[in-house]
Amino acid sequence: MKFVDEYRDPAAARVLVARIRELAGEDSFKFMEVCGGHTHTIYRHGIEHVLPQNVELVHGPGCPVCVIPMGRVDDAIAVAETPGVIFTSFGDMMRVPGGHGNLLEAKARGADVRFVYSPLDALRIAVEHPDREVVFFAVGFETTAPSTAVTLLRARDADVRNFSVFCNHVTIVPPLKAILESPDLRLDGFLGPGHVSTVVGNHPYRFVPAQYGKPLVTAGFEPLDILQAIVMLLTQIREGRCQVENQYTRIVRDEGNPRALKMLAEVFELRPHFEWRGLGFISQSALKLRPELAPWDAELRFAVPGVRVADPKACQCGEVLKGVIKPWECKVFGTACTPETPIGTCMVSSEGACAAYYNFGRLHREAAVTLGRASA
Amino acid sequence: MTVTSARDGRESAVLERIEAFRRRRPRLTDEVVTLAHGAGGKASAALVDALFLDAFANEPLSELADGATIQVGTSRLAFSTDSFVVAPRTFPGGSIGHLAVHGTVNDLAMLGARPAWLSSAFVLEEGFPMAELRDIVADMASAAAAAEVAIVTGDTKVVNRGAADGMYVTTAGVGVIPDGRVLGPELVRPGDVVLVSGTIADHGMAVMLARGDLALEADIRSDTAPLGGLVADLLAAAPGTRWLRDPTRGGVGTVCNELAHSTELAVVLDERALPVAPAVTGACDLLGIDPLYVANEGKVVAVVPPDQADAALAAMRAHPFGRDAAVIGEIRSEPERIVVLLTSFGGTRIVDMLVGDPLPRIC
Repeated sequence: MKFVDEYRDPAAARVLVARIRELAGEDSFKFMEVCGGHTHTIYRHGIEHVLPQNVELVHGPGCPVCVIPMGRVDDAIAVAETPGVIFTSFGDMMRVPGGHGNLLEAKARGADVRFVYSPLDALRIAVEHPDREVVFFAVGFETTAPSTAVTLLRARDADVRNFSVFCNHVTIVPPLKAILESPDLRLDGFLGPGHVSTVVGNHPYRFVPAQYGKPLVTAGFEPLDILQAIVMLLTQIREGRCQVENQYTRIVRDEGNPRALKMLAEVFELRPHFEWRGLGFISQSALKLRPELAPWDAELRFAVPGVRVADPKACQCGEVLKGVIKPWECKVFGTACTPETPIGTCMVSSEGACAAYYNFGRLHREAAVTLGRASA
Repeated sequence: MTVTSARDGRESAVLERIEAFRRRRPRLTDEVVTLAHGAGGKASAALVDALFLDAFANEPLSELADGATIQVGTSRLAFSTDSFVVAPRTFPGGSIGHLAVHGTVNDLAMLGARPAWLSSAFVLEEGFPMAELRDIVADMASAAAAAEVAIVTGDTKVVNRGAADGMYVTTAGVGVIPDGRVLGPELVRPGDVVLVSGTIADHGMAVMLARGDLALEADIRSDTAPLGGLVADLLAAAPGTRWLRDPTRGGVGTVCNELAHSTELAVVLDERALPVAPAVTGACDLLGIDPLYVANEGKVVAVVPPDQADAALAAMRAHPFGRDAAVIGEIRSEPERIVVLLTSFGGTRIVDMLVGDPLPRIC
């Protein structure tokens, strides 16, 4: 995999880290990486242990699994347990706790829950099982929404009537705004979401520098992408600039993907408001199926309880998502809340800030530094 | 500066509290069996510890090795058993028949034994094609011949259609441990060297792709192979070998965690040194799966004293099943009970026990 190695070269990393050190000087900086994919890369490659201590990364809200509120998981379980239903979901939604357990437990109790890699797989299952109702649990930002849209259009065109979508797609800009509005915010800039931007482009982020005075650099997902984006943020700050820049130019175009955007508009419309785990209700932050697609809308076809479940009191996912506290600063982190028994969603997906920290980063900084030195 | 060190102090306190919490005996709180209990991670450990160990309590079992070591008169025997429920039953590089023999033979080899006799018990679903059964049995026969073991006893049960998924097979095996051979985690010392006998994650990825629901094609073959010969060569070349384990379900990451826990030492792995076939790296990256947690069926992880590492590596590489063997890490005294990966990128991260089945990430 030469392609991958190019973006993981330790020598190039050392050059970038030296540059970061030089640009940061004696000052302290906090940057938020918006996307769960970034968080995963940062921990998987041990990037926090490579950065100077005064340049800190804060994990943002862009883990699609982590922002699903408990009530929606309960709704999903209710649909999954409806007789005759085959309920399909992405793998990492299976362990997300609702108010009454998770999908894996529903499966163990007898519900037909299957994990799929793409909504098209769910549609295929529907075609293969015309006698069953097949429901796809759609989650994710603008990254995964287009594949749900394609699937729905195909279901409509082929008139597959035993297929429907339980739509929980969300959009990236409203939670960013919510975070920027937060009074306890102390951030110096953002690593913008790479995958989402392949669809929406870079223009939607212009309000971040314009209204809130924070620079944003859209970043890729390899370790060198992250480091380079940090260099770009620090360079902007040192040069007194504040704008949206694109580090991920090999994939992201400023205008995004007009075809995908058109398809999203054809299939989805904005919900007036949607509840986010830890962030509360955010208006116009989520998508639902347009009325023309009602026959494929699981929320209309099944009895969904739609009961709001308050986040557990001890859980501080909201503060973690807003970057106000680090995962380990949460009261229940690592003791009551672990990847086996997650209380909050941040602990479930390996992209979640808490799970990533627990699984990969739970290492004393000194120990990491000593190990790194001994190996060099 | 003082701000940072205060932060570090608080973070350290949290990490210590978590470590203390993790050291507690795993508790089994689930009301029903879930797939996680069979995935080889923490849930499996809780099941074994809280249910089986409690109920069956005895000396050989408490070792929790791949098999038991039993004293019979003056000789020591190794005894192991394994069930095979793989789907699909054939995949590039092998079949459930090969696995049924190799799995048990390799468990015996990890105890330092020369595998000798196997049993095999079949659970067959009514309607199972005889031709397929014939092929699987032929694979078992050829695998047994190649591993120089005899299948000396067996059993067959047929269940109603729908009561089993085609067929399951369980094998048990007995091997003889040569006089004077001792292996075990208690022998492992800081400074010891960790080796693996070849590329990792081949079997798990081959099976995952063979299931065909990933719409992904790659030339990945299972590594299923009998390791008795390779282990014999290794032990002859490096008689001081401390510990052996075949990284099957849960992969190299899981067996290294078991090592770190049972020795109370640190296992430090070097990502650059991990042998992974390019196609496997590609498939794992695409699916968001870490090759360290993917199953192998023809590999051994060995811990040897540093002065025998070169000899051990040479012996492995001279064997047909060990051509890609590599030194992948070493044992250190700290951080205790933790597996650390030095990433090829120059960072460090923990390699923890898996929680349940590895679930692919969504983006």
